[in-house]
Amino acid sequence: MADIVLSARHLTKRFGGLVAVSDVSIDVHRDEIHAVIGPNGAGKSTLVNLLSGEITPGEGSVHLAGKDMTARSPDQRARAGLGRSYQKTTIFPDVSVFANARLAAQARSPKALRFFGDAGRDPVINAQAAAALSEAGIAAHADTPARHLSHGGQRQLEIAMVLATTPSILLLDEPLAGMGPAEAQDMIALVSRLRNGRGILLVEHDMDAVFALADRLTVMADGHVIATGTPAQVRADPAVRVAYLGEDCL
Amino acid sequence: MTPPRALTRSLLAALLMAALLLPMIAPTYYLQFFAKAMLLAIVAASLNLVVGFGGMVSLCHGAFFGLAGYVLALASPSSSGASLWTSLPLALLVVAIAAALVGALALRTRGIYFIMATLAFGEMFFYFFHDTRVANGSDGIYIYFEPEIVIAGWRLVDLGNKTSFYYVALASLLLAIIVISTLVRSPFGAALMAARDNEQRARSLGFPVFRIRLTAFVLAAVLAGIAGYFSASQFGFVAPQTLGWHVSATLLIMVVLGGMKSVLGPVFGAFVLLGLEEILKSNIEHWKLIEGVIVIALVFMLPGGLQHLAQLAFSDRRAPAGQPGSGASRAGRQHHG
Amino acid sequence: MDIATFSVQLLNAVQHGLVLFLVASGLTLVFGILGVINLAHGAFYMLGAYLAYWIAGYTGSFALALVGGVAIAFLLGLVLEEAFVKRLIGRDHLAQVLLSYGLILVIDEVRQILFGKDVHSVAPPAWLQGSIELTDVLSYPVYRLALCIACLVLAGIIFFIIQKTRLGMILRAGAENRDMTRALGISFDRVNRYVFAGGIALAALGGILVAPISTVFPGMGDSMLILSFVVVVLGGIGSVAGAAFGALLIGLTDTFGKVFFPQVSSILVYLLMVIILLWRPNGLLGRAS
Ligand SMILES: Nc1ncnc2c1ncn2[C@@H]1O[C@H](COP(=O)(O)OP(=O)(O)OP(=O)(O)O)[C@@H](O)[C@H]1O
Ligand SMILES: [Mg+2]
Repeated sequence: MADIVLSARHLTKRFGGLVAVSDVSIDVHRDEIHAVIGPNGAGKSTLVNLLSGEITPGEGSVHLAGKDMTARSPDQRARAGLGRSYQKTTIFPDVSVFANARLAAQARSPKALRFFGDAGRDPVINAQAAAALSEAGIAAHADTPARHLSHGGQRQLEIAMVLATTPSILLLDEPLAGMGPAEAQDMIALVSRLRNGRGILLVEHDMDAVFALADRLTVMADGHVIATGTPAQVRADPAVRVAYLGEDCL
Repeated sequence: MTPPRALTRSLLAALLMAALLLPMIAPTYYLQFFAKAMLLAIVAASLNLVVGFGGMVSLCHGAFFGLAGYVLALASPSSSGASLWTSLPLALLVVAIAAALVGALALRTRGIYFIMATLAFGEMFFYFFHDTRVANGSDGIYIYFEPEIVIAGWRLVDLGNKTSFYYVALASLLLAIIVISTLVRSPFGAALMAARDNEQRARSLGFPVFRIRLTAFVLAAVLAGIAGYFSASQFGFVAPQTLGWHVSATLLIMVVLGGMKSVLGPVFGAFVLLGLEEILKSNIEHWKLIEGVIVIALVFMLPGGLQHLAQLAFSDRRAPAGQPGSGASRAGRQHHG
Repeated sequence: MDIATFSVQLLNAVQHGLVLFLVASGLTLVFGILGVINLAHGAFYMLGAYLAYWIAGYTGSFALALVGGVAIAFLLGLVLEEAFVKRLIGRDHLAQVLLSYGLILVIDEVRQILFGKDVHSVAPPAWLQGSIELTDVLSYPVYRLALCIACLVLAGIIFFIIQKTRLGMILRAGAENRDMTRALGISFDRVNRYVFAGGIALAALGGILVAPISTVFPGMGDSMLILSFVVVVLGGIGSVAGAAFGALLIGLTDTFGKVFFPQVSSILVYLLMVIILLWRPNGLLGRAS
């Protein structure tokens, strides 16, 4: 079995009376895509936020590559190799596509916060940014202001930024949301390639994409994990059929 | 469209020449005025590091300016000038510590809370000096002798000499501009602006946003402290008013008036506002009324500041007039949690 | 300190807190509903006091000063909302800070032109003059007691409006969630205008009510502004209940601070704010952003 790059145990998060995530444990392995599915409001994004450190859990722990990160801030987790995309595109809209990627590459560079030197002229960082843009397939738009990109292009840019930070674990929250069929196919191919050498946690509503990509599948509903296993196992799970997938989905 | 680079360069070079030569032609009164304006330009430019490049609308920048002056006043012996070599570092150290404390607390908040928290912290300094006898309370405190700049028994510069003081102020301004420009171009500056443009994204890429902002906040305060130190020396007097929030608000006007997108914008903003005040003061009894109207007009008619006006003068017809991301419309909004 | 002196100070603290609440509730509503930061709030407090001095001087009637001052402030609020503030909603905080600072300069100078910069006093209405004897050596002014009662009644009215009326429902929904309120088909333009004017009227009302017990002077708006800000930060933006809580806390701290630590009393207020911000960055009753 491959190494576990991310491991969460008994995560619980309450918002007032609502238990958004309840006792969720989940592992992500290297070279694998672990998909998380569930109806709207199941707690998927909250789980991603707990893993990335954006919100702190009421209970439970998060380990990255064996290290306890539960009390660490999002930027500390990012520097420890965790990269994430958001359900709602989160980029720097006012600067160019390349500058977006460059900032991402800079964030992981040892020179990230140097007080001198030209931020735009570091050859190592620039090369890393260019490589990430190529990998995500938007190198052609490098000079476009990010806000002028199409919706799909912005989603790709967000992935490129995450890649430019050279993460060992990726959390992708609905990367296909709002994409047209052609764009979606490109993104599926991209995500599929990305698993090499990394672990990916993928939240996605598009079932075709999920079954095309997932090596492992977790189903959530009302904050709980109701099933987890290989796609085939989950497909066969009667609880899942009732609670979520619905007979006609399969 | 911005003005052609070569033109901007030569204009700035001409300005610098004029600034260097000014003491040969200008009467003392104007030298003093320009020295004062240059010092306040440092404060405005440093505030822009926080407001324009950092997206944090701070209302306690004036407090750091005034605090440095108070440290000089308190460090000055009664019968001679303080040594600059000890009193300036001391003033800057005190300012840095104060800014670190205020920043560490205020930066836990966002948006309106940040503005209000900085306002309140600024006033805390005001009341500290106003209500306690630490520095003569509301009467303020005199600095009878300028700080001495002495090396091995030889007096390097006489700050009491108006021309020398003018050059010290000019050198400080140039230093501040160079420091701020370098910061803004550096990876640190890029990170600071990234945090302004999208805090969440900056953080999830791995930028320690809090630390970055705190660093910028403290660095800006220290630059303001340099100006405050020399300003106190120039006037020979400090009073609680020098660190009240009205100073901070006036500094914000300078910043927006000049334009927040460049390092030099607030420098010009400071000169224009002080020049305007000077003209209004000597001609109109109720000049503050006019100033208030100008500030209100600025908000609605020129949110990008004078810099934007200069850009328009050089722009071709395609350039949109009020770019949404331009100038004043950016700071503060992005700093929401 | 004997029990009588203590009671007097306690009454003073409560009265101070109640006036603070009046002024700060206006500020917090404008923040909460319009999302606009109004540094000129203190200037309207000052203006209210001067209006009271002016109207009472002409008419000899404090009641007229009260009604007239509040009405003028309310109208002024309507005009300013229409002319300026409306166009600031949704713009960045910096523009709001600058606009309201510009307003402070204008208001201060207009006050200078109209009333000069002298310190004035305003006589309380005749039937509220005099003092109540507490002990042989201690007495308490009737007007201060009346002021407490008036503020309590006003606070009651404010809470009644917010909790029980349709307007209050809109206000609460608006502070919670603007989009939802918009979806309910509520016109925000009108609500905004009246909230802004009402907020300013509350500031002026505070100024008018304290005019008989404090002096009327140019800088009075400044200290009130800062204290109201502290109250709003403590209570949480948009929370009227938070403002009530914060105002009483500040009233007590400020008053007893002056008794026990006269030199550093004004700093105590900020220390309190620091502690509460450390503990809860969004105020005592504020929502997490
Ligand atoms: N900050 C918050 N405060 C209060 N409630 C929240 C917060 N964030 C999420 N929730 C609630 O927690 C529950 C889970 O939300 P979450 O966004 O995690 O669901 P999701 O599975 O990602 O849904 P979707 O498929 O629609 O993205 C929802 O009921 C949501 O309303
Ligand atoms: Mg979600």
